[in-house]
Amino acid sequence: MYPQSMQESIKRLEATRDARIKQGKIMLLAAEQKKELLKGFHPDYIESSMRALSLGPNKGDRTPHEIADLLEAWPIVNPEKFDTERPKYDVDVLVIGAGGAGVSAALTAAVQGAKVLTITKLRIGDANTMMAQGGIQAADKANDSPERHYLDVLGGGHFKNIPALARALVSDAPGVIEWLEELGVMFDKEADGTMVTIHGGGTSRKRMHAARDYTGAEIMRTLRDEFRNQNLELIEYCVAVELLTDGKGACAGAAFVNLETQEHFVVRAKTTILATGGCGRLHIQGFPCTNHYGATADGLVLAYRAGAKLGFIDTIQYHPTGVAYPEQIVGQLITEKVRSVGAHLVNLEGNRFIYELESRDITASAIIRECQSRNLGVATPTGRLGVWLDTPLIEVLKGPGAVKKNLPAMYHQYERFGIYMDKEPILTYPTQHYQNGGIIINDEGMTGVKHLYAAGEVAGGIHGRNRLMGNSLLDILVFGKRAGAAAAGAARSISLDGAGFGHVAAYEAELKAAEVPKGRCAPMVLPEYRRPEFKTPLPFAALGCE
Amino acid sequence: MAGQVKSQKPKAKSQSVEVRESAIGNRQSAISSSPAPDPSSLITISVMGEAYRVPKDLTIMKAMEYAGFRFIRGCGCRGGFCGACGTVYRTKDSYKLKVGLACQTVVEDGMFLTQIPFYPANKKQYDIAKEPANTQVLVRFYPEIMRCIACNSCTKICPQDIDVMGYINAAIRGDVEKVADMSFDCIMCGLCASRCPAEIVHYNVALLARRLYGAKVARKSPHLAERMKETKAGKFDPGLDKLCKMTEAELSALFYDPKMRDVEP
Repeated sequence: MYPQSMQESIKRLEATRDARIKQGKIMLLAAEQKKELLKGFHPDYIESSMRALSLGPNKGDRTPHEIADLLEAWPIVNPEKFDTERPKYDVDVLVIGAGGAGVSAALTAAVQGAKVLTITKLRIGDANTMMAQGGIQAADKANDSPERHYLDVLGGGHFKNIPALARALVSDAPGVIEWLEELGVMFDKEADGTMVTIHGGGTSRKRMHAARDYTGAEIMRTLRDEFRNQNLELIEYCVAVELLTDGKGACAGAAFVNLETQEHFVVRAKTTILATGGCGRLHIQGFPCTNHYGATADGLVLAYRAGAKLGFIDTIQYHPTGVAYPEQIVGQLITEKVRSVGAHLVNLEGNRFIYELESRDITASAIIRECQSRNLGVATPTGRLGVWLDTPLIEVLKGPGAVKKNLPAMYHQYERFGIYMDKEPILTYPTQHYQNGGIIINDEGMTGVKHLYAAGEVAGGIHGRNRLMGNSLLDILVFGKRAGAAAAGAARSISLDGAGFGHVAAYEAELKAAEVPKGRCAPMVLPEYRRPEFKTPLPFAALGCE
Repeated sequence: MAGQVKSQKPKAKSQSVEVRESAIGNRQSAISSSPAPDPSSLITISVMGEAYRVPKDLTIMKAMEYAGFRFIRGCGCRGGFCGACGTVYRTKDSYKLKVGLACQTVVEDGMFLTQIPFYPANKKQYDIAKEPANTQVLVRFYPEIMRCIACNSCTKICPQDIDVMGYINAAIRGDVEKVADMSFDCIMCGLCASRCPAEIVHYNVALLARRLYGAKVARKSPHLAERMKETKAGKFDPGLDKLCKMTEAELSALFYDPKMRDVEP
């Protein structure tokens, strides 16, 4: 189903396949080569794409304009609209967001006996967790160890990770896998129970556990079912637009708007866990993204206004392999597992140009270099450039049927557009994938704001400047559980003393001093994809937010 | 109109942040659901009975956004994994009811559609640790599976091409493993349940089977149990203590030393 213009390059790819198989593994890049490649071609290194924040706890720190525009922004709802005297709910632990991190936090806090309320702006399970295909890392085999895992995590993060967080990640990993196994997650296993594990980019041992290529979906639907079995309280389609703080600046809950009825209400909570996910839908630098519809960085905005320090906000992960063709699904994820099971990255002329399982920032930069600097990208009819993933090679390496067996979701996705990836290669280009940084937490998930916790993609520091494949599904569960336990524990000795918007008033004074234009409001809540003539503010947005 | 907010008053002024150009992100068509329309490429689709002119190569989801809908329900991962955007439609001159995910299905001229963003489903509660994965368990929780009349409507409507009726048959036989395997690609969009004359909620039956299989039928991982024992005994603590105190230079030296960090072939 590829147009003639692309067929010629496919022929070249087929012609070089045998030679490429014989070529074996391409050498890993040395530290200096990596630095040079990143500097030259990684989107984070484009000076003009970022600016220094003019206010708040990270004043002076650089971040992409798209994030800065949300942090340097006015409240989307006037705080006076909320009746803080009469909270609709009064709970021990409030969990905001119901993806993998939020649900595991709620489950864990409830086990401790806390009264937990979970509120999410879309449905429970509407999260990037659901979309993670490739796998989850854990050093649970005899030839592997948490120390090794730690070194891989740090190497991937360019040694900038917060050590205590990386340590928590690798130490809890086997326990998380055991928890999921008990809950009934169908991991790929040998008949004797041995986990089928493979490499991911930047791993030194095969420690990537998978459930076919629906790993995140399988984890999320299992956790969601458990959440429902436990009868935990859940409110969907309500978005948090502001945190509440007490007179001393500690978090005391949050303010919500019901997206369907526009009802405004307040939840008072002894402890609050932000599990709102990442920022893919900001489309940083115009990149398409792999993320869920709701990934609009709301949690960063709320926490920042309350005084929480963020970290690593100048680094975004671009997944090396997003869809570049067909146009309808551009930017959607082609799981790293495609490379893990053997597909080569191949340029216009049929040649490889990078070891396929370098860490993500390196591989993405190499693809960008191939397309933008060396003129070896394959052009699509709409003028996009990309490089091939030689997926039929998987069938050669692993036997007929291997593509369908290992990558059923991917196969299905392409089949819908008449592309059969066991017979034809697929075209790929980097796509915005993950927020490497976020709200700085400690190893219990606590942020810089008292009684406020964060878990999952909204938190930062665990992965340093670049996350490895399979460490995000791990991260959300490790820190979801840790935050849930810590928040439930802390709630026992907290007695609330007032809840209001003192911090918002202080932030508004800063916004005024920095002369932030009135029309710029946050959180974003939902991305806007309508034509300009149709664009209107969300129905509940404050006057001026248009 | 449940599910979406439709613009009432089109305004020229945009709420969104300023657009910045970038060569490498490929801005012009990367994010926008609205490429500059070529009038000859416009087709007509009908959303819940209302006609809209939309560009012909868009997915249903992007076409609806082009037409002016802003999704609240009926839109999720936008990548074919979450089941939020199940859509039922007919095409010109056909009595056939067709189905697809709005984020993965391309519009056709004359398409006549509605989304089914939610379906009231029967879900039983259970303690997975206590339930045995025997041949009776599925029918005990969901006895209505016995009411299956083998009409195959569930299979025909499944946007994931799962043999839904096939796994319900397996469920009736009590074959937990088969149900788990056959239903694995399920995204729980709910379309099967919407068509079932026997009022079965297929995807919840399948979910129970998969959890039972994962927790009870599949063998427990021996190396995992071993690692848990070692972890609890503190075997890795001294090593991690040391690593956590290392400087960037020390870590880097270790990381790039092929003797210290050899890569498993």
